Amino acid sequence: MRHHVLVGSGIAALSAAEAIRSVDAAARITLVSDESGPFYSRPGLAYLLAGAVPERQLAIRSKAEVGALRLERIAARADRLFPERHELRLAGGRVLSYDRLLIATGASSIAPDFPGADLDGVVRLDGVEDARALLARVRKAKVAVVVGGGSTALELAEGLQARGVETHYFLRGDRYWARVLDEEESALVESGLARAGVTLHRRTEIVRALGRNGRLEAVDTNDAACLHCQLIAVAIGVRPRVDLARNASLDVDRGIVVGERMETSAPDAFAAGDVAQAFDPALGRAVLDTLWSAAAEQGRVAGLNMAGVATTYHRHVALNVTQLGDLITTVIGDVGGADDPDLVTITRGQSEAWAGASVGTSLVRHDASDRIRIHINGRAILGAVIMGDQALSVPLTRFIADRVDITSIRQALIERPEALASTLLEFWRSREPWQHAPCDHHSRLAV
Amino acid sequence: MPRKKHLPVDQERLALLRSARVEPVAGRCVQCGLCSYNCPTGVDVRGYARRCLAIDDPRCIKCGTCVARCPRAVLCFGPIAGAIA
Repeated sequence: MRHHVLVGSGIAALSAAEAIRSVDAAARITLVSDESGPFYSRPGLAYLLAGAVPERQLAIRSKAEVGALRLERIAARADRLFPERHELRLAGGRVLSYDRLLIATGASSIAPDFPGADLDGVVRLDGVEDARALLARVRKAKVAVVVGGGSTALELAEGLQARGVETHYFLRGDRYWARVLDEEESALVESGLARAGVTLHRRTEIVRALGRNGRLEAVDTNDAACLHCQLIAVAIGVRPRVDLARNASLDVDRGIVVGERMETSAPDAFAAGDVAQAFDPALGRAVLDTLWSAAAEQGRVAGLNMAGVATTYHRHVALNVTQLGDLITTVIGDVGGADDPDLVTITRGQSEAWAGASVGTSLVRHDASDRIRIHINGRAILGAVIMGDQALSVPLTRFIADRVDITSIRQALIERPEALASTLLEFWRSREPWQHAPCDHHSRLAV
Repeated sequence: MPRKKHLPVDQERLALLRSARVEPVAGRCVQCGLCSYNCPTGVDVRGYARRCLAIDDPRCIKCGTCVARCPRAVLCFGPIAGAIA
């Protein structure tokens, strides 16, 4: 009987456990994690913060489904890996022997470095316990400051404001999420934030946080202002939790370097999820994705390989959907991108592939509430940002993933950007006539 | 059946409802559970979305609440193959 040890309790570890159990009813599966509660949707924490769902709703599997996996769960931190001996030591000294190991330790948010960052009231959002603690603080806080970029910073700002806390969002640069969005897209999100009641401060950063008896009371900013606040929420990026792998001399770059079966450089040890850095043949380099669907797929592939079913990971085109301000936004593929002073590293729900080095042209269609931007080269669509109406999400994902040759419509796209949507839809129907128009029932039936 | 003034019925909507069902779009769902939480008849919409299956549940009244509530546009109405619109 093979003993599988999985380190982590996110979607990558869960998917691996499900994959192993699907092909091996007898295997022993031990799951080690410092989180011991039910498996939950990490992206769903944004909606918990905003008050849209209760915590119990975030559980992603029923008790029966978890029971059927017959996991042995150990609530402990994995302390040290001995790959040659196939042993994992836990904090506290217990040692587990494994036949196959999965490292799915995820990523953790980066701590800020301004003086006073250790005061009580300076918070980050990594897991459900952080969300719980933040909600407890929100009841007492009147004013909050949010720093950082990407969707997590925005979710924090909107969540705090929705909970009745006067929220100030500090941007170091001129605009929101410059790494992924263009100027107009940033402006659309910023106006959504303003409508929600969040106060935006551009070219503003925290010089120091001030407190009394260890408790946060105010911040000094670079423009010599002092703002009284009880909470600072920080989302300046995440880093893969690679310590376990690095200390065991596994091949580690920004994340744990894995091959196409999600195997690491150590025998019988695999990695998946936010901690893994997987090679992308299309890009010709290994990239980090902090995306739910990528983590789930990597976990599944790793699990099958651990159970002896040879399976190759095919990296899908990087895609994420988030609600930015009041606009549903889909980012697909390589969309260009600029420097972003608000982020130290990649943020959650992002892919390094979005800010590719490819040279391309951006084409934009924009009307009152919706906006589509596609990034093209001479032959294909490299990436897209779709805000508002999502009718083109499915066709564009396909075009980008398959590098579909758009030579026949390229001229029309460039000459008539205002007709971008109809040109693309027509092209989609001409290629895939059996497809119904994507979501064309949507607008008529949605309540 | 003639339409009665006191019972407004959107015929176009009804015809569409007969021929359509709620479907997830692959790769977009993060299992947040807002759909299931808001379903007025208690369908586990998230479970269908996870498996990328169209919602096929006798309790589904096709009200569209899940479609409208999903923060990531995972769900949409799609035609049932073979149905007469």
